[in-house]
Amino acid sequence: MRWEEEGMKQNAFIMGNKLMGSSPHVFSLIMPSIPITHTQTPYVTGTSVLGIKYKDGVLIAADTAGSYGSTTRYKSVERLRPIGQNTLVGATGEMSDFQTILQILDRLIITNAMFDDDNTLGPPDIHSYLNRVMYNQRNKLDPFWNTLVLGGVKNGVKYLGNVTMLGLHYVDDHVATGFGIHLAQPIFRNEWNEDMTLEQGTKLLEKCMLVLFYRDRSAINKMQIANITEDGVKISEPYALQTKWDYEAFSNPTVGNEGSW
Amino acid sequence: MDAPHSMGTTIIGMEYAEGVILGADSRTTTGLYVANRASDKITQLTDNVYVCRSGSAADSQVVSDYVRYFLNQHTIQIGKAASVKTAATLVRELSYQNKSFLETGLIVAGWDIHEGGSVYGVPLGGTMLRLPFATGGSGCSYLYGFLDQAWQPNMSREDAEKLVVKAIALAIARDGASGGVVRTINVNAYGVERNFYAGDQLPLFYDELAPRPTLMQF
Repeated sequence: MRWEEEGMKQNAFIMGNKLMGSSPHVFSLIMPSIPITHTQTPYVTGTSVLGIKYKDGVLIAADTAGSYGSTTRYKSVERLRPIGQNTLVGATGEMSDFQTILQILDRLIITNAMFDDDNTLGPPDIHSYLNRVMYNQRNKLDPFWNTLVLGGVKNGVKYLGNVTMLGLHYVDDHVATGFGIHLAQPIFRNEWNEDMTLEQGTKLLEKCMLVLFYRDRSAINKMQIANITEDGVKISEPYALQTKWDYEAFSNPTVGNEGSW
Repeated sequence: MDAPHSMGTTIIGMEYAEGVILGADSRTTTGLYVANRASDKITQLTDNVYVCRSGSAADSQVVSDYVRYFLNQHTIQIGKAASVKTAATLVRELSYQNKSFLETGLIVAGWDIHEGGSVYGVPLGGTMLRLPFATGGSGCSYLYGFLDQAWQPNMSREDAEKLVVKAIALAIARDGASGGVVRTINVNAYGVERNFYAGDQLPLFYDELAPRPTLMQF
């Protein structure tokens, strides 16, 4: 097929190419032709990110685990990052791709600031840009292996959305990624309302994060919550939730039915 | 027996009060055969930054060589020592941009005036994380529990070195792809010091025997 032959370009060991955006290779070593294949496998991954709108802004939560397959290899990974003054990005999936996306966003913010025209990029702008980035990588069959949560407040407008590794994107009052889709979203649908206070919103997110800690094997009990309001982005220090294990049924689960689990 | 040269390996980078300790085993395998039982997996990038290599021997050597080359030019250009973060970032960029070709996990550690001692893990995929201590290679699987319990912040040089040597010895005991001697490098404000712990001088653990005197002559 023509498009397969397209892929059989000469391989180049690339250095400094993407550092400079779209400029040509700084230096490359040409190697004998083998088909270029992408569509990687993820190695160091982050699990769910949860987001909800509340009365004064947006709350986004994630734990600080970096998993390596089934091992919890890193326990202090910051998966929530501020972008500019008004926006926060949270990432699920391959952490090296997230770090590259942060480099790309950094360039975007700096380039925009250099226009020096008092125009700043807000959450809808970042969302749209990220969507283009993710979709275009997907079209090269070389995706950024992430699902991103994007939230913020600018000029009184609260914004919350998702972008997936395929370039699927949407906005909503509450979003979740990974296991959170299955475990947290249903709780959001039942218990979220538009006028939640900061305390109510935090309680809702903590409830969902606790469920995820119980039921998602990649989750750990060490999380951060970010609060984005008109005044800016504040990310909490990592903290742990109280868990409950002292049920009668837990301490003696097989009394009366030996051999059960 | 032409399997690619791989470094099963156990590697460690650890911050202590005044600097960093890098440690590694010395086994390089091609398949089941030990191609080199005394390899040096801790490679110099600059006077003040070193890297521990794991995974494919070829890939890790090539990445180290390129980064050493870039850092050499960078040092001439800026007129002072490169920072550990710069070295780690270069390692990360190469690992990330070429992730579909490379199979190597690296630990970059050293000392600079900005941060003192620092350790950066760059595992498969090209994630870069600054950590108080990092482990890598196939042997690191056996060390998570041990180091979770044994590591303390702000250790002295002697304690940190002892911990690194003990950890690698434990990993060697269980990981078939790790073995040989333990090499350590200590980097701090005063300079660099290499240490060597011969295989027969490592501590013995559960179910291991001390050697009997022999009539053999070496």
